[in-house]
Amino acid sequence: MYSKQRQTKKNRPIRISKSDVFFYIINYIFLGVCFLIVFFPVWNVVMCSLSSPQAVIAGRVTFLPVGLNFNAYRQVFSNSMLMSGYRNSIAYAVVGTCINIVMTIMIAWPLSRKDFLGRKFLTAMFFFTMIFAAPLIPTYLNIRRLGLIDTFAVMVIPGAISVYNMIIARTFFQSSIPEEMLEAAELDGASDMQALFLLVLPLSKAIIAVLVLYYAVSHWNTYFNALIYLNTESKFPLQLVLRTILSNAAQLQEMASSISDAESAKLALVEVMKYAIIVFGSLPVLLLYPFVQKYFVKGVMIGSLKG
Amino acid sequence: MTFIQSKASSPYSGRLKRSAKSVRRHWQLYLLVLFPVAYLIVFSYLPMYGIVIAFKDYNISQTIAESPWVGLKHFRAFFTSYQFPRLMANTIGLSVYNIVAGIFPPVLLALALNYCKHKLFGKAVQMVTYMPYFISTVLVIGLLNQMLSLTGPINTLIKNLGYTPVLFLGEAKLFKTIYVFSGLWANTGYNAVIYLAALASVNPELYEAAIVDGASIWQRIRHIDVPSILPTATILLIMSCGKVLSVGYEKVLLLQNDLNMANSDIISTYVYRIGLISMQYSFSTAVGLFQSVVSLLIVTGVNAISGRVSETSLW
Repeated sequence: MYSKQRQTKKNRPIRISKSDVFFYIINYIFLGVCFLIVFFPVWNVVMCSLSSPQAVIAGRVTFLPVGLNFNAYRQVFSNSMLMSGYRNSIAYAVVGTCINIVMTIMIAWPLSRKDFLGRKFLTAMFFFTMIFAAPLIPTYLNIRRLGLIDTFAVMVIPGAISVYNMIIARTFFQSSIPEEMLEAAELDGASDMQALFLLVLPLSKAIIAVLVLYYAVSHWNTYFNALIYLNTESKFPLQLVLRTILSNAAQLQEMASSISDAESAKLALVEVMKYAIIVFGSLPVLLLYPFVQKYFVKGVMIGSLKG
Repeated sequence: MTFIQSKASSPYSGRLKRSAKSVRRHWQLYLLVLFPVAYLIVFSYLPMYGIVIAFKDYNISQTIAESPWVGLKHFRAFFTSYQFPRLMANTIGLSVYNIVAGIFPPVLLALALNYCKHKLFGKAVQMVTYMPYFISTVLVIGLLNQMLSLTGPINTLIKNLGYTPVLFLGEAKLFKTIYVFSGLWANTGYNAVIYLAALASVNPELYEAAIVDGASIWQRIRHIDVPSILPTATILLIMSCGKVLSVGYEKVLLLQNDLNMANSDIISTYVYRIGLISMQYSFSTAVGLFQSVVSLLIVTGVNAISGRVSETSLW
C-alpha cells in the first residue's frame, strides 16, 4: 500500500534474504510497541472512568473496568458548566469554520492565479506573519481596542485565516485546477467569480473537506485564546471548562459531595471523575476520528506537494 | 538621421500595459482579496504598532501616544534581571531537547509503516498513532496527570516492584523530559504521516532497480528512502528552529506548577505572567519583542544556511 516494491510477477517465488526476515521481525515488534504506547494510556483512562473509586485508587484497573459503575458519568452529564462548554464549543466551531473556509478560499484562489498582479507581494505579506508575529500584549491590546474582549466574535474572527492552511489551499488550486478549463471558460465569457463558483468550487470538494477538518479541530481544541479573551463563564468553550474543573480541586470535591460524604471516599471519587471528564472531553474526537482521519492524511499529502 | 522610437518598443511601456491589462482582467479577484487583506492588516499588522510600547512606559490610563518614551530601559532591565539566565536556559534547553528528540521517532515510524507488509496491521497502527494529535492539549495534559499521578498505572507498577512511588509532576528536573516525551506521544503519528507522504511519492523503479542489484532492506532504506525525506525533514527542522524561543507556551503553561517552576518557566510563560497577570504591559512587550526578533533572525539564518548547503529552503 505504501510502496509498490513487491509487485513483481506472482508466479515467481520471491526469496527473502535472512537480513530481510530479521528486519521484518523487528519492524513488526516496533510497530506493535508504538501501537501499545499510544493505545494503552487512552484505554486505561476509559477503563478507570468506568470503575469503582476504590479500585482506581488502589491501582487495580488496567485493561478492564473493576467494579463497573457509572456514577462519575452521572455527575459529568448533570454538570451545567460542562454542558454549556460543549454547546459553546459547537457554536464556535460551526460559525468559526464557515468563516475560515470562506476567507481562506477568498485569498487562496486569487493567489493561485499566475497572472494576478501583486501575487508575490500579497503572498509575502501573509507568509511574513508566519515568521514574525506581534508579541502577546500588543495583540491583546489590539483586540481590546477593537472592543472584542469577552464577545462571541473574538472566538471566531481572530485566526480566521491560518496561513499554513491558506498555502495548502493555494497549492491545491495551482496543481489540481486545469488551466485549459479556465481559459475555455474565459473564452466563453465567464467572469472570474463565475469561474470560481461554477467550475472551481465543485472541483475543490477534497480541499474544502480538508480545510473544514483542520479548522474545526483547531476550534474545538482552542484553550489559550479563550483563557485570555473571555471573562464570563457562560461563554467558555469546552477545553477551558475542562481545564478549570480538572485543576480546581474544590470544584471536583463539590461534585463528589453529591454522591458520598465520607472524606476518603470523596477523594477517590474525585479521581474517577477526572477520568470521566477526560473521556467526556475527548469523546467527539475519538468517535468521529476513524471516519475522518483519511481526509487528514489526504490533506497532508496535498500540503506536502510543495512543502 | 531621424531616429524613430515607437511606444511599444520601450521595455517599461510593455510591462505597464501588461499589468494594466491583468488588473482589468481580474478586477473581481481584487475585490475578493479585499476582505482577507483587511483581516490581515487589522489582526496581524495593526498589533505591530503596539510594539512601540516596549520603548515606552505604557499604562492603561493613557493612550500609547501619550505614554512617556523610555528607550531601552525595559530591555536593560530584562537582560540584567536575575530571571534572565534561568529563562534563557529553560527556554533554549527545552526547545533544543524537543527538536532533537523529535527528529528520529517520526522518521522511524514512517519507515516502519512504509515497509509494513500486512496492510490491516499497518493501517491500524497508523490510525492509532495519528489519533493523539487530535486530543486537545488540555486533555493530553489531563491524561498525563492521571498516568503520572501517585495512584496512576506507572506508580502502581513502581509500587508493585517494591519501590516508593514518585511524584513525577513535582520534580523540577523531570519537567523537560515529561514535556518532550508527552509531545512525542501526541505528535509522532502526525509527523510520521508527513514523511509517509514523501515516501509514497518515491519512484518504485528505484526500489526495483535496488532489489535487482541485490540491496537488502536496510540498504534500500539508507540509499533511497532517507534521501527522499531529507528535503521534508529539512523544511520541518527550519520551521522548528524558528520556534526555539517561542516554544509552545500553551502546553508549558498547563504543565507548570509551583513545584517545577524553576525548570518550567520559559520566556513565553513569563511574558504571559508579567503581562496579563501582573499587568506590566511595557516590560512584557519588550521581552516578547526580543523573542520575536530573535526567532526571526534564527529562521532567516537557518534558512540561508540550508539554502547553501542543500537545495532546500523555505524561501
